[in-house]
Amino acid sequence: MATGTGTIKCVVWDLDNTLWSGTLLEDSEVTLKPEAVKVIRTLDERGILHSIASRNDPETAQQKLIDLGLHEYFLYPQITWSDKAESVRAIARAINIGLDSIAFVDDEPFERDAVQFACPEVTCINAADLANMSEMPIMQPRFVTEDSRLRRRMYQNDMTRNQAEAKYMGPQEAFLESLGMRLTLFAAGEDDLQRAEELTVRTHQLNATGVTYSYDELDWFRRSDRYDLLMARLEDRYGSYGHIGLTLVERQEDLWIIRLLLMSCRVMSRGVGTAMLLHLMRRAENQNVRLQAHFVPNDRNRMMNITYRFAGFREVESSGELVTLEHNLAEIPALPNYMKLIVV
Amino acid sequence: MSDTKERIREFLSQHIRDNGYRDDDDLFAKGYVNSLFAMELVLFVEKEFALTVENADLDPDNFRSVDAIAGLIGRKTTPETVE
Repeated sequence: MATGTGTIKCVVWDLDNTLWSGTLLEDSEVTLKPEAVKVIRTLDERGILHSIASRNDPETAQQKLIDLGLHEYFLYPQITWSDKAESVRAIARAINIGLDSIAFVDDEPFERDAVQFACPEVTCINAADLANMSEMPIMQPRFVTEDSRLRRRMYQNDMTRNQAEAKYMGPQEAFLESLGMRLTLFAAGEDDLQRAEELTVRTHQLNATGVTYSYDELDWFRRSDRYDLLMARLEDRYGSYGHIGLTLVERQEDLWIIRLLLMSCRVMSRGVGTAMLLHLMRRAENQNVRLQAHFVPNDRNRMMNITYRFAGFREVESSGELVTLEHNLAEIPALPNYMKLIVV
Repeated sequence: MSDTKERIREFLSQHIRDNGYRDDDDLFAKGYVNSLFAMELVLFVEKEFALTVENADLDPDNFRSVDAIAGLIGRKTTPETVE
């Protein structure tokens, strides 16, 4: 159900006197703060991720987290002796989210101020305010979908994949082939709309027009005869990536216009955008209609511009910020051989 | 020019498995292109050769082979002359 307008995607935790009472290096019997554990579990169920920025001995702290049964909650934990602002940035890079969607919790004013100074976009929270942290509006996602509940597991799959990719010595293409990716495209049903809205709201870098649509608008498109609302889901041998792509196509009599094309930042190295475009090109050619796409450049979506242009779309019109691209459908590129496309 | 092509091949070797391609082989015909590869290719050309790839240059024909990429770089870095 719709609840809030929360913007936080990941909470970065300090350990000593924040997650637990006491200082680990001085006292190996530190005790967990029950209110912190409650916040972690509650937010995890809402699809908000967790990580760590702690100045501690990495092995001792990691072992303690395992003993306490909490290590699985934390993605890309940064347990080092270095600067916490750098740790927060490293987490944002690893998860591939903006600093403005990160909250940092620490008991020490010095650490909060240092992070705030270096990363003004980060929301800093005093560990003394843990009791009502879950109730903060920024911690209330608008919807909690099946994908939100599974989000941590999907990111853990990503971590395993990323480690495999980092260890892989060959070229990227060969690694992609080893994944056995299957991309499934299907018409969005009513059940998918919350995730569809979540995708439009969460995805900035990889949204070709920067437009976000509400649940009601998407529902209207879904029911309309003039529009196709397609969702994409991706799986590989490490598991599911969840529902990671969305496109909205307006069908006029002899012209289709791709009004929206977006995908999760977790799949930008996977060729999902290109595969979705190939599918639309084939269908348009099959139906004997022209195929155009709308693109609105902003400072974050250059990747989508490149995706369109490299797929063979060319600019045919430009008015104000809106660029109209068209593919002549004379030569439709082949699907990369590392991906299998399933249309249902 | 041969140094330019050498640098391009070096970059491509991190992405493409088959290194038996010729400088005029169409790399995209084999389905190599994904968004990240395309983005990295554009950023590589911009950074390595200190130039800006404009919208007008974002044509797959400018990137589909070692020769094509070298040609684009040549056009972008040669001072404009009246021919």
